[in-house]
Amino acid sequence: MSDDMDIKDKAAWDAADRVADYEHGWSSDIETDFAPKGLTEDTVRFISAKKNEPEWMLEWRLKAFANWKTMTPPDWAKLNVPPIDYQDAYYYAEPKAKPKLGSLDEVDPEILRIYEKLGIPIAEQKLLAGVEGGEDGGLPQRRVAVDAVFDSVSVATTFRAELERAGVIFRSISEAIKEYPELVKKWLGKIVPMHDNYFATLNCAVFSDGTFVYIPEGVRCPMELSTYFRINAENTGQFERTLIIADKGSYVSYLEGCTAPMRDENQLHAAVVELVALDDAEIKYSTVQNWYPGDAEGKGGIYNFVTKRALCQGKNSKVSWTQVETGSAVTWKYPSCVLNGENSVGEFYSVAVTNNYQQADTGTKMIHNGKGSRSTIVSKGISAGHSNNTYRGLVRVAPNAEGVRNFTQCDSLLLGSLSGAHTVPYIEVRNPSAQIEHEATTSKISDDQMFYAQARGLNAEEAVTLIVNGFAKEVLQQLPMEFAVEAQKLLGISLEGSVG
Amino acid sequence: MLQITNLHATVGDKPILKGLTLSLNAGEIHAIMGPNGAGKSTLGYVLSGRPGYEVTDGEVTFNGQNLLDLEPHERAAAGLFLGFQYPVEIPGVSNVQFLREALNAQRKHRGEAPLSGAEFLKVAREQAGALGMDMDMLKRPVNVGFSGGEKKRNEMVQMGIIDPALAILDETDSGLDIDALRIVGDGINRIMRKPDKAVLLITHYQRLLDYVKPDFVHVLADGRITRSGGPELALELERDGYKELAA
Repeated sequence: MSDDMDIKDKAAWDAADRVADYEHGWSSDIETDFAPKGLTEDTVRFISAKKNEPEWMLEWRLKAFANWKTMTPPDWAKLNVPPIDYQDAYYYAEPKAKPKLGSLDEVDPEILRIYEKLGIPIAEQKLLAGVEGGEDGGLPQRRVAVDAVFDSVSVATTFRAELERAGVIFRSISEAIKEYPELVKKWLGKIVPMHDNYFATLNCAVFSDGTFVYIPEGVRCPMELSTYFRINAENTGQFERTLIIADKGSYVSYLEGCTAPMRDENQLHAAVVELVALDDAEIKYSTVQNWYPGDAEGKGGIYNFVTKRALCQGKNSKVSWTQVETGSAVTWKYPSCVLNGENSVGEFYSVAVTNNYQQADTGTKMIHNGKGSRSTIVSKGISAGHSNNTYRGLVRVAPNAEGVRNFTQCDSLLLGSLSGAHTVPYIEVRNPSAQIEHEATTSKISDDQMFYAQARGLNAEEAVTLIVNGFAKEVLQQLPMEFAVEAQKLLGISLEGSVG
Repeated sequence: MLQITNLHATVGDKPILKGLTLSLNAGEIHAIMGPNGAGKSTLGYVLSGRPGYEVTDGEVTFNGQNLLDLEPHERAAAGLFLGFQYPVEIPGVSNVQFLREALNAQRKHRGEAPLSGAEFLKVAREQAGALGMDMDMLKRPVNVGFSGGEKKRNEMVQMGIIDPALAILDETDSGLDIDALRIVGDGINRIMRKPDKAVLLITHYQRLLDYVKPDFVHVLADGRITRSGGPELALELERDGYKELAA
């Protein structure tokens, strides 16, 4: 172990020792790769020390933590969430076995099962699972660079060399804080302010890892960038932090996939994603979210409280959010665009599926400050079982923003008679030149459609999957090709047991 | 191939089929004719297993198998095809996707290897071409924006691709103009007029039978077969109407 590591661990242990004196302290037999249970200033210090962060970062975290203690969770969403005991959770966990395994046989079969169901190619499964040889095991046909975040630590960043040749910085956020402090300082917390909301502030204090991307001026990122998040350890919240900066005239397509194994307890996930696009830059951000949704009785599952926001700062800049949300017991998520730049463009394409007792309250905010800025919102909600699915969206046009256009389409599809679909659009227009359109539909899968598909040879679940995929097509086709296929399968998996 | 014995069925507690007995052998085309409300469409739905159509008595065997025990998709995999009177629209799902998934689901059920995209497209192109449909139509969402005639032709393309052992065609001739009628009739002959296949044509009118010559014609009235005969029976019905015969 290097001296560096010793110092880092010593600081962490010192923080942990202090925690041990607290009422909810930890006993010394707890393994070193967890931060002590509970949330205090020392938890924050522990995480920062573990990550060997510079002083300014620790101060930032502590400021956020002090802020957070004065805040209360938002209650305006159509969600029924029992109070969360923030002291009864771990806030930092490093994967126990450093993932250098000999073959896929040694990997948790649950992980592989999820990857396989998602249709991730074996070479990439190996890579994600940290199997030796995975990297040169045949990835070239698929040009995706992957940064995998297992629990709290980023374990692999592939294709780094090729990206570096293009000038693209693709790092874990922990590395970026150390290697590119000026870039990080310039934008971290500038798109989603530290005090933005309860969960975002919590994230500022305890974020564990995440991804940092910088695309230099005029560069078109030579491949898709991708992060797989995964919550593994029991009782661990995952607080990842993503910051993507697209400099003038650059382009990047970024995809995050999220999975989590089954746990009886609810696990908290509170991420923050910040995007900034300068003049003529474009960011395409796609999410396939498949956190564990809880069982058929609504036990367990991830609480997904995520703040995602893009700043379209430059003229003609564009940010496109595409999300396929099938997992989590509770989803609270509104990927938004602040359209400051003249003629900037914001897009939001969303499919949200809820089944059993899942609850989703999701949508977007399009804040039009720039002249001639345009936005498109296409939201497809699918509710089955006893679930509730809400679209909540805001379109705001500032007084000085001339010539703004927005088109919003919200479609809901209901399966069965016990699920709920809700649409809550807010429209605030302070400039008379704006053109705002809103369309909404609610429908059920018809018996005719079901029987027609069944009479052609599809079983009931295959028929539902097909019809639902047709319903969601406008959104799915926004995804990069290979992920669209994954997403289609995922819709089917998520609706298993919802018919028949 | 298909043996229906004393079949009784209800829809929402209302008895529709009341002791229907009918037998089809491989290589035969049977036409079922009858007045509105006689139970013709119900027969098609009952045989293909539509939920809500409840069999209260009787037996149906299909190639020796108890058909009524099977789920709709299992009946399809066993070789039964229902041509719909009103083909259904499925927005966002292309014909190609729909049929490939359906066909491969059937093949999987039968323990056969799935068709690759290229193999499937070859078959689809042939069948569409034979029925005067271009590939652009196959790429469009299932029946969305299709005219009545196009929908019926699409049913025949589906039948050609799926290549079933038994086709039950429910008023496939309705809504077709003369040219389309001929194309559809030719399609039925080409796809189904084979020694190992059978067809049950449900129709109101003689006109389809000008193109598809049935071996047997049956009159269905008030839930039962009231009369059976050769092709000449259809002409007789056309001339005299159902009233005379139903009694």
